[in-house]
Amino acid sequence: MSRFPDLVIGTALAVTLTGGAFAQDSPAAGMVLALGRAALPEEVAAWDIDVRPDGLGLPEGQGNVEDGEVLFSDTCAACHGEFGEGVDRWPVLAGGVGTLADEDPTKTLGSYWPYLSTSFDYIRRAMPFGNAQSLTSDDIYAITAYVLNMNDLVDDDFVLSKDSFLTVEMPNADGFFVDDRDEVELPEFTQAPCMESCKDVVPEITRHASVLDVTPETPDDGAEAPPPMQ
Amino acid sequence: MTDSPDGRAAPRDAGRRRFLTKSLATGGALATATLVPARAISQAAPDPLITEVQPWAAYLGDGVDAYPYGMPIEFESDVIRRNVPWLTAETASSINFTPLHQLDGIITPNGVCFERHHAGSIELAKQDYRLMINGLVDQPLVFSYSDLERFPRENRVYFLECAANTGMEWAGPQLNGAQFTHGMIHNVLYTGVMLKDLLAEAGVKTEGKWLLAEGADASAMTRSIPMEKAMDDCMVAFKMNGEALRKEQGYPARLVVPGWEGNMWVKWLRRLEVGDQPWEQREETSKYTDTLEDGRSRKWTWVMDAKSVITSPSPQVPIRHGKGPLVISGVAWSGRGTVAEVHVTTDGGVNWNQARLSGPSLDKSMHRFYYEIDWDGQPMLLQSRAVDSTGYTQPTKDALRKFRGLNSIYHNNGIQTWAINADGEAENVEIS
Repeated sequence: MSRFPDLVIGTALAVTLTGGAFAQDSPAAGMVLALGRAALPEEVAAWDIDVRPDGLGLPEGQGNVEDGEVLFSDTCAACHGEFGEGVDRWPVLAGGVGTLADEDPTKTLGSYWPYLSTSFDYIRRAMPFGNAQSLTSDDIYAITAYVLNMNDLVDDDFVLSKDSFLTVEMPNADGFFVDDRDEVELPEFTQAPCMESCKDVVPEITRHASVLDVTPETPDDGAEAPPPMQ
Repeated sequence: MTDSPDGRAAPRDAGRRRFLTKSLATGGALATATLVPARAISQAAPDPLITEVQPWAAYLGDGVDAYPYGMPIEFESDVIRRNVPWLTAETASSINFTPLHQLDGIITPNGVCFERHHAGSIELAKQDYRLMINGLVDQPLVFSYSDLERFPRENRVYFLECAANTGMEWAGPQLNGAQFTHGMIHNVLYTGVMLKDLLAEAGVKTEGKWLLAEGADASAMTRSIPMEKAMDDCMVAFKMNGEALRKEQGYPARLVVPGWEGNMWVKWLRRLEVGDQPWEQREETSKYTDTLEDGRSRKWTWVMDAKSVITSPSPQVPIRHGKGPLVISGVAWSGRGTVAEVHVTTDGGVNWNQARLSGPSLDKSMHRFYYEIDWDGQPMLLQSRAVDSTGYTQPTKDALRKFRGLNSIYHNNGIQTWAINADGEAENVEIS
């Protein structure tokens, strides 16, 4: 608190020096206002449930494929299908290996996800849809083991735990690279644009959206407007 | 001020003046001293809206307080967000679209800012709000909502564009309407506090290079953000366009990550964790990554490239007035800075014209452009092209596909074409 007056003086000085510039750095830049309170260890433990690729954040516990199959059938299959094939437009969880360069790739834990931790973390924080954070650590280990098994990444007798976690190899682990648009695309996209006589032939329409006819209908004039948001 | 053709005060608007001058020049023989511009419309009988006393001119309107929180007048009830039902399995994990075709200026009204939820829009009261900072910090902290209000505030206008905006158009034109092709964007004045000020309270350790932002909803949305960005221009915002964040935009507080893909702007922000490595969460591995033609995928494609779209005329707002003066209007934006120029073509990109930017030109904000023409009633192939302050020029869809292939979902900033026919109807097309 004792530093606050200094900071006000600092601001006044800055205004003088810049001639009262309209936009300037916020006066707290680099200052500590001693707001908030210390987070208790129990509070951090309750919210800090993330898991990193190196396994940091994994809880104690374990689960096997067999138990996972039962849990999956009860809590996951309604949307994802008994074999992870996906119901309606819900995500497909299994298969798709070797399809990433195809016209319509199937992206699953087995075919696309580079890290196993992402799966554990996501089930832990957000699944099952509509009843998040209701599963025990053992449940999550078991369900994750079963999803790995349906992707043929582990055997039927596999037990997933903190210790076995990093032994699982993800097929597409090397399939990602860091954004290189600046190096690859910018040289072409920062060329001075053509303004006149840019095409030799008169442009023609090659494709129409109306052919697909997937645009939602405009509501009838007589249709009631939705009620105001509560 | 008597330089206009009919001797009246000159139009204030430069574009209109240009149009009149052009009409005069092409009029040739008509350019006499007594010229009055020919009007397309004439009235045979007196207009009863003028000659008869109308109810609103005779009787009293609503008193004050009839609507303590005002909504748009009933005649504007079609200006609403719209969903595309076939896109997603259910609305709690879905997206809708800002009615760009019906808006003007640069600010998106709060009630029509597009929504993207992963587990529905939650109700989190200010008194129940907690923001935790933990991980590689000197002192893990918890802030209440009222704590946030005690930090110095900033006011900044930024666009928020979902990385999937225009994502349905990668393989070809699909949706007929600027709302559906480009409506996963809004542009809002945020009031909030700088993220770096909050982090300074906890004291980021030197090995802290990454920040994990997490939401309080049932998706507990998480994204890893590099510390340089967090310490640069990121904010924790609690007001939008002067009022509290709307529930569906993350009330009572959300993250603002200027110029970067909307998924990172975590709503209902509940936790910031400092770490020495990225977390590689679902939304930065299995989603929001860009698979190229060879099957390999780009990750961490955070910046939104420069982009523009003509919002009117467009498929949902055809030209109804026939030939003559036409205002072509649209929006442009760039995640790398301001928009320096917008070019408009009416002939499918043979010749391009400078559009007129109108309104504030702000860093990483939407810009409004106009291009006024004297439409001759002939079909047009309308396109707009943004050039940003770094010299990046919005590419054609084909130029983009050369680098990305057809299997991308995100970051489609290619030039949009509307084909206008002689009736003024517009269609989403691609051209040679």
